[in-house]
Amino acid sequence: MSRLSLAALVRPFFIQLGEIAELGGLTLRNVFRKPWERKIFLQQLDEIGARTLPVVSLTAAFGGLVFGFQTYVGFHRYVGQGSEAYGGPIISLGLTKELIPILVGLMVAGRVGSSMAAQIGTMRITEQVDALFSLGADPNRYLVVPRTAAAFLMLPCLTLFGDLIGIIFGAIYNVGIMGVNGTVYVRNTLLYLQFWDVASGLTKAAVFGVIIAVVGCWQGLKTEGGAEGVGRATTRTVVIASISILIVNFFMSKFLPG
Amino acid sequence: MIRLSGLRKSFGPKLVLDGVDLEIRGGETMVVIGQSGSGKSVLLKLLIGILAPDAGAIEIDGTDVAPLRGDARQAVTRKFGMLFQGAALFDSMTVAQNVAFGLERYGRLTPAETAARVKDCLAKVGLAGIEGLMPHELSGGMKKRVGLARAIAYRPEIILYDEPSTGIDPIRADAINELILLLQREMGVTSIVITHDMVSAAKVADRIAMLYEGRIVACGTPGEIERSPNAVVQQFIHGRAEGPIRNW
Repeated sequence: MSRLSLAALVRPFFIQLGEIAELGGLTLRNVFRKPWERKIFLQQLDEIGARTLPVVSLTAAFGGLVFGFQTYVGFHRYVGQGSEAYGGPIISLGLTKELIPILVGLMVAGRVGSSMAAQIGTMRITEQVDALFSLGADPNRYLVVPRTAAAFLMLPCLTLFGDLIGIIFGAIYNVGIMGVNGTVYVRNTLLYLQFWDVASGLTKAAVFGVIIAVVGCWQGLKTEGGAEGVGRATTRTVVIASISILIVNFFMSKFLPG
Repeated sequence: MIRLSGLRKSFGPKLVLDGVDLEIRGGETMVVIGQSGSGKSVLLKLLIGILAPDAGAIEIDGTDVAPLRGDARQAVTRKFGMLFQGAALFDSMTVAQNVAFGLERYGRLTPAETAARVKDCLAKVGLAGIEGLMPHELSGGMKKRVGLARAIAYRPEIILYDEPSTGIDPIRADAINELILLLQREMGVTSIVITHDMVSAAKVADRIAMLYEGRIVACGTPGEIERSPNAVVQQFIHGRAEGPIRNW
């Protein structure tokens, strides 16, 4: 590949990265400036938190079940019968540090990130974003700040809830269905699962929340070209946010202590 | 008074405004005519601060506001009310919430005073009693009138109208024209109307300016524009396909 075509490929990536960084920086600055759009913030807490709860519950329950099942199979096959009760800490560790934050992030990116892009994108192409400005509301403070702040707060809450559901369903599979010794399973889980394991998952979730909201708002605010443009913005939001979550998750797993 | 001098604006390689010079006197209604895509809406967005010019000055009452950004620019925006082409009503809010939106941000009114002002503005545009309706329950003409009520609610000094008669039938368009005249009479505001509807232009304008290829090519009273020797102006106001304007 020639240098020219490589530059042509790489340049848009860095331009877009710059746009996201600019929007993220502006949003961070505006979080600490008044006036705060409290009503929109509360609406977003409900939208991102309460309304996403059923999806997260279902995802975490089946995540817990399948992880519990595979861990059971692993111990049973490679360590031996009776060792399955030691799977408890591994299930909780895997769920709280990796699986649940990622599943919650991907679910919220699909459900909430796309809806942010569609809503703001529609406002953009119907000049409602311009109308906000003309009526004294800064579009960043009105649209982006409340969504980002709400996602930053709600993703860890959803993840914590998902952790609980996942661990319970992992235990249900092992203890309830496969007859693993419940006392040993629970004791080992409580013994080896540390506070930081849960906290690192919650930290990741907060970062994923910011990624989802900023990407969704960024795509919404740059929407052009009618309904087709809105469709493109929603698709891009899910793709960009999901890939970013997976990449950022790897680096956070690598560099976060614990 | 508003004075635009040497105003330029490009989007990527496309030069939209190429040195616009225009003076709008206090209390007058200036109609800016021009083809679709000639940059008329961009001109309004530069005035209100939604877009920033690449070069040139926008003087409002003697102060150049073009270099202002952020809160300083937003303070100037308070002087403007804008009726958007598609009304741009917030579709998640009721009519009353839409009309009150700017009022709550710019005004210092109590909730009761806000409600009274909303009622008063809706009555002024002939839509009393529809406070609880949602935008999707309104016709195109009603949306425009609610948009107008929203634009005048906080009593701006300058009202910008972006294609006020586009997308509605001639009777409703004339009703909007009557409203523009009424508001100018009652509130004494300066109005800038963007349109390519010559009937509307002739009815509401104190003066008409024509934007062509990024510049103002003619400016004068409706009578002066009607008699303009400029072939571009003549072709446009008489709606002829033949003439110097070929980019249609």
